[in-house]
Amino acid sequence: MTINQQLSVPQPQPVISLGNLHVNYGDREILHGISFDVVPGETLVILGGSGSGKSTLLRALVGLEKPSAGEIWIKGRDLAKISLGELEDIRRKIGMSFQAGALFGSMTVGENVALPLREHTRLEDSTIEIIVRLKLQQVGLGGFEYYMPSELSGGMKKRAAVARALAMDPEILFFDEPSAGLDPIIAAGIDHLILELKRAFRMTIIVVTHELASAFLIADRMLLIDKGDVVAVGTAHEMRASSQPRVRQFLDRVAEPEISGELDYLQMLTAERPDVPGSGRKRGC
Amino acid sequence: MQIASLIGGRTLNGLSYVGSLASLGARATYYTLVGPFQGKPLRLQRAIAQAMETGVRALPILSLITFFIGLILALQAAYELRRFGAISAVATAVAISMSRELGPFITAIVVIGRSGSAFAAELATMKVSEEIDALETMAISPVRFLVAPKFLAMMVMLPCLTIWANAMGILGGSLFGVAQADFTFVRYIRASVDSLLLHDITTGLVKSLMFGITITAVGCLEGLSTGAGAEEVGRSTTRAVVMSIFLVVVVDLFFTALFFFAGKS
Repeated sequence: MTINQQLSVPQPQPVISLGNLHVNYGDREILHGISFDVVPGETLVILGGSGSGKSTLLRALVGLEKPSAGEIWIKGRDLAKISLGELEDIRRKIGMSFQAGALFGSMTVGENVALPLREHTRLEDSTIEIIVRLKLQQVGLGGFEYYMPSELSGGMKKRAAVARALAMDPEILFFDEPSAGLDPIIAAGIDHLILELKRAFRMTIIVVTHELASAFLIADRMLLIDKGDVVAVGTAHEMRASSQPRVRQFLDRVAEPEISGELDYLQMLTAERPDVPGSGRKRGC
Repeated sequence: MQIASLIGGRTLNGLSYVGSLASLGARATYYTLVGPFQGKPLRLQRAIAQAMETGVRALPILSLITFFIGLILALQAAYELRRFGAISAVATAVAISMSRELGPFITAIVVIGRSGSAFAAELATMKVSEEIDALETMAISPVRFLVAPKFLAMMVMLPCLTIWANAMGILGGSLFGVAQADFTFVRYIRASVDSLLLHDITTGLVKSLMFGITITAVGCLEGLSTGAGAEEVGRSTTRAVVMSIFLVVVVDLFFTALFFFAGKS
């Protein structure tokens, strides 16, 4: 046995494994063969611009979109080939926090969090009440059980949605754009909540976002998607050091060339409008 | 050639729509009638609340409409019957028309306007705000959770509303009977009841049950299959109303023909 073999640490089995995943909307292919693995306890951030296919990828990961080809292995089962009953077994072990919360407007916050427990367990009402209170306290919403979702702010709604996603003590937690539409302070609060969950429960967390600050704060590993293809995968450090043009463009916030072209045209138009204050070429005095 | 392809395409779309309706109807019926005995409980409280909304709260407007329809029927029937000196047959004409056709049909139209559109709007809004997706990711069937209570409520309430509508129609007819056809109120009601066979009432109730299933299936299917955005919610609601009215007429024709030919043989 070589020293290398003696020192090598066995890699944990991936909890999520994608192989050549293709997803179509009608005739249009959105994802063109995505492959990656996620190991237990890892936080993977899926980065990408609008229309890159990152939300479709997340929907495929939770079984909301059927792949047109390829494999999605979650906890040893291929979502593309399992029955609805088996898919529901897997879904009981995952939690999903949607972009706008997706709380049920006709139920109180407490009833929203209690819903999966009432549907999938035979726990007494009193026990469910205690779990609900605990989950809401974990996300900083203790005492909000009897509020209606419409009475909560955007950040609170997202926290309540996380509490609902945590209700069944999931092994994998998915987040769709957790900081979208929130002010920087509330968004930072959501980031810290994700970090706390990671530290406290060693959960596997998948986050889809386009917020770079948030991604660099919470990610163990990042994956950049562009036009349905994986452009780069790596740690925050590796991504920062990457010289890959698309990665650089995304991280350095460089506009698309065609958009720059349109702006040039706008600048040309405003340059010829001396009546617009502060615009136009400086004329000689 | 283009026309043939257009007709072919439309026919296929129509068949696919009916297939989707049948599939949703079958799943909802399973979760309503079979699921509760297989450990998949129905949300009975939600079904009761839905029945209150669909049934009890529809009573004032349904009563008013069917009362007027009964009165209109009596006026129209009397116009022709008077020429033959048979104005006393007006009670029979109103009672049979209401029980066999207009009671179930008018009830269905009122329920489409109040509840079919509401089902579509509710589910479409939930779809747009990702609440349906949230249910699915929590391993909760949207059909069991959202559609089945509506099915149960409609299957129970539509026949009940139809009986009420028949009664209100006859009451409307009695206004003319008492004022213009020398009936006393009691004699008019007795003449109406005597003219009705059990068969007249049951055919109407069978039709109303089928209307209830159709309205729920269309409203829920349109809601669940809505696209993205608030505009689509409005479009789904409109489509649910138009499609429900059309399909209720088709179902009415089918069952009326069925009862006619079954009655002859």
